[in-house]
Formats: sequence, structure tokens, C-alpha cells
Amino acid sequence: MPLSTANEILPAFQAVPWVVFFPLIGLILNLLFGKRFGEKFSGAVASLATLASFGVALSLFFALQAHPEGASVPFLQWIQVGDFVVNWAFRVDTLSVTMMLVVSGVGLLIHIYATGYMHEDVRHNGDPGRYRRFFVYFNLFIAMMMILVSADNYLMLFVGWEGVGLCSYLLIGFWFEKGKDGIANAQAAKKAFIVNRVGDFGLLIALFLMFQHFGTLEFAGVFEQAPVLAAATPGVLLAMTLFMLLGVTGKSAQIPLYVWLPDAMAGPTPVSALIHAATMVTAGVYLVVRSTPLYSLVPEAQTVVMWVGALTAFFAATIAIAQFDIKRVLAYSTISQLGFMVAAAGMGAGVAAMFHLTTHAFFKALLFLAAGSVILGIEAGHARAHAHTDEHGHDDFDPQDMRNMGGLKDRMPLTFWVYLIGALALSGIAPLSGFFSKDEILHAAEKDHLAIFWILLITAFLTAFYMGRQLVMVFGGTVRTRAAGAARENSAIITLPLVGLAILSALGGLLNFPGSWGLEHWLEHTLEGIQPSEFAPLTALISVLVALGGLGLAYAIYAVIQPLTDYRQPDPLTRLGVLWRGMANKWKVDELYHAIIVRPYEALAHFLASPVDQGVIDAVSGGLAWLSVRAGEGLRVVQNGILRSYALLIVLGVAAILSYLIWMR
Amino acid sequence: MVPASYYLILSVVLFVLGALGVLLRRNALVVFMSLEMMFNASNLAFITFARMYNALSAQVVVFFVMTVAAAEVAIGLALMVEIFRSKRSVDIDQMNTLKG
Repeated sequence: MPLSTANEILPAFQAVPWVVFFPLIGLILNLLFGKRFGEKFSGAVASLATLASFGVALSLFFALQAHPEGASVPFLQWIQVGDFVVNWAFRVDTLSVTMMLVVSGVGLLIHIYATGYMHEDVRHNGDPGRYRRFFVYFNLFIAMMMILVSADNYLMLFVGWEGVGLCSYLLIGFWFEKGKDGIANAQAAKKAFIVNRVGDFGLLIALFLMFQHFGTLEFAGVFEQAPVLAAATPGVLLAMTLFMLLGVTGKSAQIPLYVWLPDAMAGPTPVSALIHAATMVTAGVYLVVRSTPLYSLVPEAQTVVMWVGALTAFFAATIAIAQFDIKRVLAYSTISQLGFMVAAAGMGAGVAAMFHLTTHAFFKALLFLAAGSVILGIEAGHARAHAHTDEHGHDDFDPQDMRNMGGLKDRMPLTFWVYLIGALALSGIAPLSGFFSKDEILHAAEKDHLAIFWILLITAFLTAFYMGRQLVMVFGGTVRTRAAGAARENSAIITLPLVGLAILSALGGLLNFPGSWGLEHWLEHTLEGIQPSEFAPLTALISVLVALGGLGLAYAIYAVIQPLTDYRQPDPLTRLGVLWRGMANKWKVDELYHAIIVRPYEALAHFLASPVDQGVIDAVSGGLAWLSVRAGEGLRVVQNGILRSYALLIVLGVAAILSYLIWMR
Repeated sequence: MVPASYYLILSVVLFVLGALGVLLRRNALVVFMSLEMMFNASNLAFITFARMYNALSAQVVVFFVMTVAAAEVAIGLALMVEIFRSKRSVDIDQMNTLKG
């Protein structure tokens, strides 16, 4: 990857800083004028800023068609310490532009959706003034994500990495005073931030190692020197990549740091769709794919990445089966699909990982937004159904609990159809987008890593099963609450983005359609040494059959054998006993972490606070204060105000000094 | 010719008497006078050495000390008058408000 110097950069590439500036301008406009001009202004400014960013990304896309080698566009000199230089430089190549298009494209649709959704949400939660704040955060997120994906060095990437983490924190805690006991949302935000911090620590260590051994943090410089280091001390490179993996597990919600993502669903639904499904959580996958030149030098690290991804995919899928919260199912599904991507990246199948990242951004954003539409419908239905009657038991109604739904197919038909498309795409049914991308990952696993292949195949089955279960529980069967009965379809501003995403989810497979391999030829300008993909009909057939089997089994259990008729009825899978309880309780991982990390940490903090700080440290400072008080009291006696005693002291002092001068010198 | 050491001994005696006066007497006026005696004891020493070493500068210092002493007396007596007006006494043991 040769770095172009400033004078040979295409003018079209020079526009790249604007992918960051447009959202920044949007958020500044909203900060300054949003309050004065109201909701329509806020929503329009934020959406237009994202649209402009998308436009810039598109122009870069077309510019890259002619010059696919890309360029590094220097913008500002940032840090210069001796020989160590880090510049604020933007990387324009096929990989970064792909990410830019996904972020701004999906981001645009979600922005439009959010203008409608947040209009309802701020009223439902009783604080319309937060509408503007939401879009300020949203634009900030787009700007930070753009910094992350367009960075030309690891430090700038880290700035974006932290920035999206901050936005994630702010938006999870958007209704910070709501939630269980008025604190659950704030705690979820804090959890996300702290867990991510553990991961960021890993990434930082990786950066320090790079600085120590390469003396640079620029992608090109690092990748250039990596083979030398791999030959000299492979252990260092292994440590570097594994620490980087720790960062990835934090941001992309992999074992062992995935625990924050399900709780992150406390944020408004557009947040879950944009940040916690489509874009931010894929930053880790992007990082691994971007760092392929490092990972390919240490096969051990690749193996670890692969297994982390595959196990996460399987583990999260089992939990998703037993959840009742419509968004939580999708959250665990996201973790699971991120596991697919990470596994693919670990196998060196960068194209498959990026392909799945893109299609997943389409269909998972679609699923989340459609789920948001369902939640809005249920909330409105609940309000309508209980408008005239006594409001007993009103407070504990959960509009996100799938047991409170049912039969929404006829009441929210458009939402149902787009949800169906999203669910089928996620399950991997041909010819929807998820089929092609998942199949590529499975095919990559099949060749060299049979164990991974089987894990992922079982996961694909579980994926289809829990999506089938969700479809039946939400849209099929009988209406189980009056709220569900009174639900209505939402307005066009909410449904239109759903249709857009549904089209993308359905046709996303064309991006890397077998035979044309568009994405692969596009990315091979950036990713060196990728193996050419091929379509394996047998694998495809197996994966479709598995997906159909999962959907069919779910339909059989939840719609035929034991259809849910009452919202108090237990799940049919309860018969699995221990297995069910494990899945329903998320395998008690949160409790485990609480016991082995949080509790000892709190004990340590208490120890440091009460015996050490209040005992030792306070005793030292208090003792010093006591000492000076005592010394002062003692010396007060000397200051008795009697002039003659002062004079005597002066005389004695003079005598002492004189005798010293005379006899001692 | 009286030896110089006599003058010096006289000077020391006067100085010690003055110092004792400052330390032991309670009447502020007497303290003042004792203070003047210390000044003059040191002046005597200066003069003695001036004669011994034929150094004119020591005599200049004596004049200087006298001038300063005159100024100091003027201020000191003024203070004394003020203190007497407020306290109706010139007993220095009663001037003990300056304490911690």
C-alpha cells in the first residue's frame, strides 16, 4: 500500500474530510438553533447532514472506480515528538469507503426513521425537549464513526473508537432517569462504558506495542515493518494482535466482553439499530479486517480470533432462544452475527466478513426499526385500550415483551412484511442477502476449519429457530393483550425507511453475487492476498435446509403444537428444564462476572476507602493538622505580650550569635 | 594618657547597665533612658576605636547614631504620650496586648 504524496492526490479524494465535517456542522447547527426552530428543523438538519456525508462517500466511491488504489489524504499535523509523527490523515480506499457508505447510508435511513420515532418517544416519555439532544448525539456519532473508518493511522482510529463509545454511552442513557427503579438505564449506560473500557485498554496496549516496536502508528508503516518483527520476535506480534482482539471483543461484543450489548437495549430503538446493530459494533470487525496484514503473520492469533467469534456466535444464539423482550432477542442475535463476522475475519476471509457486515447492517437495522415500530404500535394500542377504563396494573405493562403481543400480522401488515424479510434474510434463506453472506462464511470455514463450520451451522439453525419463534410470538397466533388488539400501523415517516431497508436486505446479496463477486473485486485493491471466493452449491443447500428446518421447528412448536393463547402461559420450551433455565438466565454470565470481578473489586474499593483512606491517609493528614495545632498552642506561651521578656530573648539571641561568631569560627 | 582598654571597659559597663535597665525596669521612661545609655556606650566604643586606629569613619558613624537616636527619641516619646493618654500609665508590663 504505497502512500501517495500530497501533490498527486485526486481532487475528488480531497473531499474526504467532509464526511466528518457535515455531521459536525449538523450537530453545531442543532446545538445553536435547534431549540428555536423546533423539531422539524432538528430532524431535517441531522438527516441532511447525514445525507451530505453519504453524498461525499458516494463521490469517493465513484472516484475510486477510476483509481482503486486509493490515497491517504493528509489534513492536519497532529502530534510530532522527535521522530514520532502522527498526522490527522484520512485513508481513502475501497475498504474505508465501503464502511463509509454503510455508515452513512444505513445511518441516513435510520435518521429519517428517528425523526418520526423520536417524535412519539419523547412524548411517551414526557420530555419533548430532548428531541434536539437526540439528533445532536446522533450526528456526533456519525462524525465519530466516520473518523474511525476513515483514519489513516491507529491513533486517529482510536479517537473515533472512543468517540463512538461515548455516543453509545450517551444514547443508551438517553432516558437516564427511566428504567427499573429509575436507575436501570443509567446503569446500562455505565456498564457499556466500563466494559468497553476494558477492551479499549487492550487496544491501547496494542498501540503502545506498535509504537515501541515500529515507531509509527500509520497503517502503511506498521504493515510494512510487521514481517520483520514477525521474523525476529513473533511473540510480540502475537501479543499485539491478541491485545487488539481484546479491544475487538469489547467494541464488537464478543466473549468475554459481550455482556454490555443486551443491556444497551435500554436506549431508544433507533440507537439500537444504528449503533448497537449496524455500525458501531462492527468497528471491531473492521479493525480486524483492516489489520489483516498483522493477523496473517501470526496464525495463532487468527485461530484465537476465529474461535472467539464462533463460540460467541453459538453462545449468544442459545441465549436468544429464551428471551421474551423483542429487542433483547435481536441484541443476542446481533452478538451472534458479529461472532460470524469475527470468525470470518479470523479465518482470513476478510471479504466474507465485510460482506456479512454490510448485509447484517441492512437486515439487522431493519429488524430493530421494525421492532421499534411494533413497540410504538403496542404503546399506542395500550394507551387507546386503557383510555376509557380503570388503569389498574398499568405500570407493569411491558410494551417490549413478546408475550404481550401476538396477532399483529393483521394490525400492522407493512411492519409484518418487512419484519418477515429481515427475519428471513437473517436466517439465511435464499435469495435474500443474509443467505449469500452467511454462506460465504460457512464456505470459508468448510475448507480448513471443520469444527468451526459445524458450530456455525448449528448457530445458523438456532438463528432461524429464534427468529421463527419471534415471528410467531409477535405477528402470528392469537392476540394476547388488549394493547396488541388495539395496535395500529405507524405513519409513513416510520414505515418508509423500513421499506428502503427491506429492499436493501432483499437485494443486498447482489453486492457480492456469486459469479460477479463485485465486493471481492472491489476490496481486493485494499486487502492483499485474499483467496478468490467460490460458490459451493452443496454448502448453500445445506445451510438453506438448516435454516428452513429452524424456522419450521419454531413454527411447529409455537404455532401448531402449543400455540400461545395467554400472556401468562409459560414458553413451551420450559420442558427442557435445566437447559431452558440456563438459556433464560443468560447462563448466569452477568452473575458470574458480578461474583468474580465486580464483588472483589468493590471489596477492594471498600478496603481502600475505609481502612486505608479513612484510616491511614486521613490519619496522616489529620495527625499533621493535630501536630501543628499542638505546636502552635505550645509556642503561644512564648508570645506572652510582656515586652521585657521579648527584650530578654533578643539579648540572649544576640549573645548566642556573638558567642558563636567569636568562639566557634 | 589613659589606656584605651579603660574606655572600652567603661563602654561595656555602661552597655550592660543599659541592657539591665531595659530588661528590669518597668517605667517606660527609664527604659528609654537605659536605651539611650546603650547607644552612648556603643558610641563611646566607636570613638575609642576611632582614636586607636585614626579612623575618621568611626566618628562619622557616631554622629549618625546620635542623629538616629534623636529621631528615635522623638518618635518614642510621642508614642509614650499617646500610651499614657489611653492607659493613664507608662508601666510597660501593662502594655501586654501584643500576644498570641
